[in-house]
Amino acid sequence: MLQIKNLQASIEGKQILNGIDLQVNAGEVHAIMGPNGSGKSTLASVLAGREEYEVTGGEVEFLGKNLLELEPDQRAGEGIFLAFQYPVEIPGVSTVNFMKTAVNKIRAYRGQNALDAVAFLQLMKEKMKLVEIDQALLSRSLNEGFSGGEKKRNEIFQMAMLEPTLSILDETDSGLDIDALRIVANGVNKLRNKNNATIVVTHYQRLLDYIVPDFVHVLYKGRIVKSGGKELAKELEAKGYDWIKSQLADSVIS
Amino acid sequence: MGNTAVDIDLNKEIVSSFSGQDFSGAIDSRELALMHFQKLGLPTNKSEEYRFTPIGKNLSKNFTWKTVSTESTIGSIEPFLMEGVEASVVVLVNGIYSSKLSHIKHDKNEITVMSLTDAFKTHEAIVAQYFGKNLPTESDSFVAMNSAFWQSGVFIHVKENTNVEKPVLILHVNDAQNAQVNSQTRLLAIVEKNSSLSVIEKFESVGDNYVFHNFCEEIAVKENARLEYCKVQNDAGKSIQVANTVIHQSATSKVDTFTLTLDGEMVRNNLTIVIDGENCESHFHGLYLLKGNTLADNHTVVDHKKPNSFSNELYKGIMDGNAKGVFNGKIFVRPHAQKTNAFQSNRNILLSDSATVNTKPQLEIWADDVKCSHGCTSGQLDEEALFYLRSRGIPADTAKAMLLYAFALDVLAPVKNESLKTYLDKLISDRLHKNF
Repeated sequence: MLQIKNLQASIEGKQILNGIDLQVNAGEVHAIMGPNGSGKSTLASVLAGREEYEVTGGEVEFLGKNLLELEPDQRAGEGIFLAFQYPVEIPGVSTVNFMKTAVNKIRAYRGQNALDAVAFLQLMKEKMKLVEIDQALLSRSLNEGFSGGEKKRNEIFQMAMLEPTLSILDETDSGLDIDALRIVANGVNKLRNKNNATIVVTHYQRLLDYIVPDFVHVLYKGRIVKSGGKELAKELEAKGYDWIKSQLADSVIS
Repeated sequence: MGNTAVDIDLNKEIVSSFSGQDFSGAIDSRELALMHFQKLGLPTNKSEEYRFTPIGKNLSKNFTWKTVSTESTIGSIEPFLMEGVEASVVVLVNGIYSSKLSHIKHDKNEITVMSLTDAFKTHEAIVAQYFGKNLPTESDSFVAMNSAFWQSGVFIHVKENTNVEKPVLILHVNDAQNAQVNSQTRLLAIVEKNSSLSVIEKFESVGDNYVFHNFCEEIAVKENARLEYCKVQNDAGKSIQVANTVIHQSATSKVDTFTLTLDGEMVRNNLTIVIDGENCESHFHGLYLLKGNTLADNHTVVDHKKPNSFSNELYKGIMDGNAKGVFNGKIFVRPHAQKTNAFQSNRNILLSDSATVNTKPQLEIWADDVKCSHGCTSGQLDEEALFYLRSRGIPADTAKAMLLYAFALDVLAPVKNESLKTYLDKLISDRLHKNF
């Protein structure tokens, strides 16, 4: 589904990604872990098409298309979804209206007819239940005055509405208490199926107790330095990122 | 300051351009105003009040002071009306009240709507009581010019204890298809005790020649009366417009105003709200959506003369291309006006590097027990918000329009008439979705 080859990216002249290689197939969950400043969020941003980042080398292919040539909205149309680490507050735009526009723009991109008001409301009700989000929250201005947990739940609600092929969760666990974390993770798990895939970007192992990954990759200084199964996350939690750093130092010496 | 040399030749030219017209009504006040105009001349770049808005220079350069009014070939006003808004329509074409095109549906026992020139004959006493009282001619060139040479106008009088439901729509059409137009018009409106009135003014122009529209408006809102006042400035490219509007509030009255400026070459609005009674409430909002080379300047004054009143001002602007926005908000709180609450906010978004805005709050507070606040901001569209919307599949143009609409929307709060609100909402939304 997703093939990343030797991806390099910089922001304001500072090189962040130094050659990432990653393959994600349908039905898989990949966790990207790493210490602060290792480039995790940069990778998520580059995949979603954030314009401040400049891709300085490499390729990204998504379902046979060159992802890097597409605008952020076209990427969404192709089936990519980024759950933001810091969802933006937008006063004056309600989540309901926002989602109605988004759903129908994506449908238009795919050559499908717009949903009418009834069909849209039905879809919304169904997805609201899935992520345990309240209608009142969705009628309010997008994320304005929402708690950290409400914002993240709203991200997962949007994900449910747009039914992406590839979801990228950028530090979705940050700022969540354990109850909110469980609700958000439950939502993500319910949306998983054999046709879609998820990339979970996280600093801590905690989230991976709830969203169990098939693969864990450790990002350090803009490169994937170690990959493994879900047990790698546990090992990292126990030994800390210094363990990776010292391993790398050893390998350089030997 | 203000001691600038008057261009005597230009003044002569301007004055003689008005000769040969029938100036019935207010003869004495015209003479005084003329004297003031002779002394003031057009504002120059040294005039502090017109520093950012060179209307005098623009007029000297582009306007020929030869003819005043020209014949219009406009047969129908249909395209200029507001869809869905049911109202009595008063039409002025090239500055002249048109009985033929006007259509007054209101009950004459409740409200009088007529030509101001006629009102000088039929409603002499009340006109004499209010005309020119709130717009002194000695300090502003355009008030002086208008007061000396006004050609035509509208008179509205709402009787006591009368709730006038349907709005009065005053439609100004300037037809510059064949020649330039010089319109000098007035409005005199009185809303008597315990009554309510909604007035909408809409400005339209057609043709490629210059239009200069100078108008003066005096509105008195008496005890416990209510006024809703909405202005839509939707002129074509070569229009220069100056509005001097004074709303005078008596005790426990309530005023809601909304000013929307879309197009025109140069627009200057001087809006003054005089709170001359206790327990008044006034909300005055404005929105300017400017592109090309349009310059729109809103100078507002709220003058709290009596205690225990509340004023709330919110003006917002979006500028693209080479457009210029100017905002100046004065709040006066007189020594006796204790327990005044006065709020002011001006927020701007600049969409291009060459668009500009000059914003200046001016608070003069002589009372010591008041609550006043002001704030102004100018910035670009929030890139992070734009990316957020785009990441959900919304194309850049739509996302931009959504954000601008969300930014602008709350200025419509003072508009209470539902059909008018719907009309304005659509006008604004269409403009934003047309990519400016």
